Amino acid sequence: MHALNPQPRKRLLRLTLNGRPREDAVADGVLLVDYLREVAQLTGVKTGCDGGECGACTVLVDGEAVPSCITLAVRCEDRSVETIEGLAAQGRPTQLQRAFHEKLGTQCGFCTPGMIMAAESLLRRNPTPTEAEIRTALSGNLCRCTGYEKIIESVQAAARATS
Amino acid sequence: MTTLLTGLRLANPNSVEEAIAACRDRPGSRFVAGGTDLLVNMRHGLSATEQLIDLSGIDELTMIATNGGGVTIGAGVTVAALARSPGIAAQYRALAEAAAGVAGPGHRNMATVGGNLCQDTRCIYYNQSEWWRNANSFCLKHRGEICHVAPQGKRCHAAYSGDLAPALLVLGAAIEIAGPQGRRTIPLSELYVEDGLAHLALAEGELILAIQLPPAPPPSAYTKVRVRGAIDFPLAGVAVALATADAKVASLQIALTGTNSRPFVVAGTQDFAGRAVDEYLLKEIERLVQKQAQPMRTTIASANYRRVAAAALARRLTARLFAESAV
Repeated sequence: MHALNPQPRKRLLRLTLNGRPREDAVADGVLLVDYLREVAQLTGVKTGCDGGECGACTVLVDGEAVPSCITLAVRCEDRSVETIEGLAAQGRPTQLQRAFHEKLGTQCGFCTPGMIMAAESLLRRNPTPTEAEIRTALSGNLCRCTGYEKIIESVQAAARATS
Repeated sequence: MTTLLTGLRLANPNSVEEAIAACRDRPGSRFVAGGTDLLVNMRHGLSATEQLIDLSGIDELTMIATNGGGVTIGAGVTVAALARSPGIAAQYRALAEAAAGVAGPGHRNMATVGGNLCQDTRCIYYNQSEWWRNANSFCLKHRGEICHVAPQGKRCHAAYSGDLAPALLVLGAAIEIAGPQGRRTIPLSELYVEDGLAHLALAEGELILAIQLPPAPPPSAYTKVRVRGAIDFPLAGVAVALATADAKVASLQIALTGTNSRPFVVAGTQDFAGRAVDEYLLKEIERLVQKQAQPMRTTIASANYRRVAAAALARRLTARLFAESAV
């Protein structure tokens, strides 16, 4: 355990969360994943390994996919954070989300939010990725059901549908 | 992993001087850039500190600049940005290949060049939860008295596993360091010490500002073996730089990571100058690497496998670079 201050210092964290500006008082040591799940109630973000090894907690910070379990929330000051909840507009899933549904890219579903956010980051940067590029972009996301082929096919289908 | 970072303070300096002052004001503070190595270790209870000093707000650290044909890479440049840089890929291929293979994509988006160079050494007895280590009476590297890898020995054998260091070593990199005593520049090789417990020759309050690469580097390459194709640290990683003249070796540099407590340049390759790259030479390279790599049982793969793999990778890269030079 850490010999740390008994009274954690909080600061006002201002960020854009799923497109909307937001302010919260957050202690310096709070992880982004805990802030998102417990303060912002965005439980689509999953805590998997809790150590930056599985990708289940992947969110976008300024459009780049990062593991939120090894990111301090206060380091997202003035930045844009996007979670799986921010993708669907008016309850309509995006092409990518629909592709995961239709191509059976989701099995137990636990890795899915992280997979989709990592794929979302890729498709924004590169709307027509090769299979190798998709595999590289998703290489930091583990699927314990090992449904990788269907996940790759889902991203390919989404890329075809939008290009 | 249950250790919460309750009560941790984060300082946000805007300049190198402010960062050094923040460290001086609170001794025991640690600098944090990407945090992909440090935060995981802190949450394992391996690095108790009351204050982290966030280097991400210092603009000086995030530039890649060309100067006189060489390149200066800010320590705060992310590994992903380094991997994407066309100038780096064209001239310093080993570095681009090493950067592209660091951990997983999410880590590369956060991790920085300076942080990768300074990452902690690793061992199966060290990179575990507090509960696990406690059940094993801890280890020499943290809170314990015995190195479980070599119980008779007096030193920690945790292995250095950064990917960028060997690539930078064969390319002849120097690093700029700032600290309470001012700024200094040293060859990268002098940053590292063969001791898993204290493998960095940085004084308290010192941080890396930039990496300087000389112009006109020889062709180079980097490769590694790891358990899975992503995320995992290397079991052994090898960088090679090979200059040729008249289909013979002009100069050959080989550097290793993942096998020892520091990344290092394999000694004795200057004797290969003037030789043809044939089966005899490749066998000698394998023998040289096998002799100098000193992996211990710090990973789930056996030490001997890592030694043999390092030698095989050095051989393959040398052969590949030689074949490419003939085209």
